[in-house]
Amino acid sequence: MCNYSASDFKKGQPRWCPGCGDHFFLASLHKAMAEIGVAPSETAVISGIGCSSRLPHYMATYGMNTIHGRAAAIATGCKVANPDLTVWQVSGDGDGLAIGGNHFIHANRRNINLNMILLNNRIYGLTKGQYSPTSPRGFVSKSSPYGTVEDPFRPAELCFGARGHFFARAVATDAPGTIEVLKAAYNHKGASVCEILQNCVIFNNGTHDAVYSKEGRAKNAIYLRHGEKMLFGENGEYGIVQEGFNIKPVKLGEDGYTEADVLVHDAKCEDNTLQLKLAELEWPVALGVIRDVEAPTYDDCVWQQIEDIKTKKKYHNFAELLETNDIWEVK
Amino acid sequence: MEIKEKESVVVRFSGDSGDGMQLAGNIFSTVSATVGNSISTFPDYPADIRAPQGSLTGVSGFQVHIGAGQVYTPGDLCDVLVAMNAAALKTQYRYAKPDAAIIIDTDSFGPKDLEKAQFKTDDYLGEMGIDPDRVIACPLTTMVKKSLSPTLSKGEGDTAGQFTPPSEGKGEAVMDAKAVLKCRNMFALGLVCWLFDRDLDIAFNFLREKFAKKPEVAEANIKVIQAGYDYGHNTHSSVANVYRIETKHKVPGRYMDITGNKATAYGFIAAAEKAGLKLYLGSYPITPATDVLHELSKHKSLGVVTVQCEDEIAGCASAVGASFAGALAVTSTSGPGICLKSEAMNLAVIMELPLVVLDVQRGGPATGLPTKSEQTDLLQALFGRNGESPMPVVAAASPTDCFEMAFAAAKMALEHMTPVILMTDAFVANGSGAFRLPDLKNYPAINPPYVPEELRGSWTPYMRNEQGVRYWAVPGREGFEHILGGLEKDDKTGAISTNPENHDLMTRKRKAKIDAIPVPDLEVLGDKDDAELLIVGFGGTYGHLHAAMDELRSQGHKVALAHFRYINPLPANTAQVLRRYPKVVVAEQNMGQLAGWLRMKVDGFVPQQYNEVKGQPFKVAELVAAFTEILNKEK
Repeated sequence: MCNYSASDFKKGQPRWCPGCGDHFFLASLHKAMAEIGVAPSETAVISGIGCSSRLPHYMATYGMNTIHGRAAAIATGCKVANPDLTVWQVSGDGDGLAIGGNHFIHANRRNINLNMILLNNRIYGLTKGQYSPTSPRGFVSKSSPYGTVEDPFRPAELCFGARGHFFARAVATDAPGTIEVLKAAYNHKGASVCEILQNCVIFNNGTHDAVYSKEGRAKNAIYLRHGEKMLFGENGEYGIVQEGFNIKPVKLGEDGYTEADVLVHDAKCEDNTLQLKLAELEWPVALGVIRDVEAPTYDDCVWQQIEDIKTKKKYHNFAELLETNDIWEVK
Repeated sequence: MEIKEKESVVVRFSGDSGDGMQLAGNIFSTVSATVGNSISTFPDYPADIRAPQGSLTGVSGFQVHIGAGQVYTPGDLCDVLVAMNAAALKTQYRYAKPDAAIIIDTDSFGPKDLEKAQFKTDDYLGEMGIDPDRVIACPLTTMVKKSLSPTLSKGEGDTAGQFTPPSEGKGEAVMDAKAVLKCRNMFALGLVCWLFDRDLDIAFNFLREKFAKKPEVAEANIKVIQAGYDYGHNTHSSVANVYRIETKHKVPGRYMDITGNKATAYGFIAAAEKAGLKLYLGSYPITPATDVLHELSKHKSLGVVTVQCEDEIAGCASAVGASFAGALAVTSTSGPGICLKSEAMNLAVIMELPLVVLDVQRGGPATGLPTKSEQTDLLQALFGRNGESPMPVVAAASPTDCFEMAFAAAKMALEHMTPVILMTDAFVANGSGAFRLPDLKNYPAINPPYVPEELRGSWTPYMRNEQGVRYWAVPGREGFEHILGGLEKDDKTGAISTNPENHDLMTRKRKAKIDAIPVPDLEVLGDKDDAELLIVGFGGTYGHLHAAMDELRSQGHKVALAHFRYINPLPANTAQVLRRYPKVVVAEQNMGQLAGWLRMKVDGFVPQQYNEVKGQPFKVAELVAAFTEILNKEK
């Protein structure tokens, strides 16, 4: 590990619209990578297609800006073929959850050691404003002038449904919060999904307004930290408590709730029931590392199996492989 | 009994899908190859997952051609047909020569069996017009039961439900009726081994190895083979001929029997070793390519990585990722999979990364005929992508040639930084031949164009060597960090560019790179100096076209064969060869795709065409008839 600064990971001039959430995220990613300390030459950033997928062009690492929806599959091959690389996969909500939905769930199911960034602005920006698989029901867009008649994916639900072991959420404009989840994603061995809530100033302005400003987050978000009480609000006056099989936000001191009733966040719990409830809270919006559970990674297991079989089998090169067949000699 | 000395003989094993015909055929091929006969095999599977037992659609066949000299094809029609049930006789008799010997299991010709096979009466031989003297009618099931139940007295075998196993010793598992019936194929094999005077020890060793972990199964099978052999020996008066095929032209060396798919997998392994790279296969199961995934998945001790992906797209996409990471990356599929992979293949074209795409062709379009063989993907391979997307295409001519072409495709991909399509087909993939064990020392080195160290500091991603090939900088190497992608890039800087002149330039550079790939000259076989007719083909039809040429030449015609294995780029002497002969026929298992490609590439070239799309290999006799007609026609 060397000492890096954010500028060691920076390259070029981003071409996103002024005010786009991608700018904020990119700056946080540069800083997070510097803090993580893996060399640019040992890092690969792989994206699909979309506004946010332009991101690798602004990285001084190895990278690929590939084809629509396939980033997770391409990153899978890259990581499995060379597990020594630190691989970041960057997709938007269209790239990752619509055309690339199949690869998203299977990368999670296999638990490939990828840091999977999902930049969620609930819109197709590059194609100029169609609804995405995370747009809410009734959403009006160019391709849904009378409102959509379909329900959106909730990324955490999809991740958990695919047996994902890591899910974190941050707001693009919140640099410390973003850097924290990016570092946690790197430190988690396995598929680490980070949902980044970001604004599209042109086609879906205000979609994350409730949490986009610092003040908004103070009121409307809860920062979850493993082992800490789930307190939130400008003065920590609110908490999350259990109610039956569900959870709910309460104001401390009201209805007889005290701090003792507030749940302690357990990101390491294998059972994802409570984590899912947290991820799906509409108020407050849960930020931070929601789930972070250790599990064997696919890439480790592939290479461990190869090592195991190497010691078990007696043939280790092509010439020896040939000898394992039924051979006859013609003289 | 007459002993016939034959140059070559074709045997076809046929029965219900569950009757083990493929195994019986395989063992017989191995036994024949081991004594030095040349062999060519053709498994003919039904497409149904499991058709109803005894039904016409559930019949599975395995044809093997064994010869004293070289055989090029599995043969048109068989000299010996094994039909394990009524449905097999009904559907497979058309592959028998008029004087073929026919072995049937009379126990599988009961009223119900005949009804399922759609016979109208119980005189099935009469209905088919088969001379009973040619038939070895054997109560095979009964004989198998008897041979596996030594404690039962004669005549009781067919009534017993359970049998003691054949091997001695205590604590043996009891072999149930179902397991006993599974040995029927071995009785037929024993009978055929007797017919061809084969050494049973070779078959015994094969079984002992195959069932090393289940010795009781091996011994039961061995006992049944012996019983089949003895039955033939003791009742030989019922059959006209016993065949002797003596080996003639022996090329000294060590051999193994290999299928095309296995040879393909071996070719990739050999190329990775030669290049000093990890081998990565991203794949998704698809008939008839899946055996390549199976084969490579076995060889973890050689460090081979196989990822069975979530779909065909991911199979190719993950291989592109692995290639970026510095592996020899391969994705394997059949035609429908190529449709799905084409976008990721195109990504490899524009990023100029090495990748081998294996297309084991089957009948199309769409799901088509999944287990049958065609050459109908050629134009898809050449053109089936958006944009100007030049990609090398090579095709294997035979099961053993799959090894050579897989090696060649990998070398081409790695040295020219391009995806390469390797085309085989169901026929060569499932067929097998005697494979002379290669020594990698005799194969050329594979040298990918890694960025030379002296370019540190001045290198950009699309900088090219003298062959016009982009240099390869593999992640992990400090100082060569770069971004590739599906968007057009500036020739100089590697940054995204929509500049019209630059796009035109990059398009031309990508094309020039592929056009400049050196490939061996097209070889002309037969009467290369004075042929009246040049036969032209590509890929898996080589054997049939060669046999047709041999036949025509033996009839006194002047005929030559030019068979393409390198299709894009074409060999440098292509036009010269094609223009040299008075008559040219392009014979292929499609509606004229190679002919069209050659017309596009060779000015004024207008060949005659022989096209067949039946999902079955060519028949040499039909080729000879068609070519004779062309030869006899006035030009």
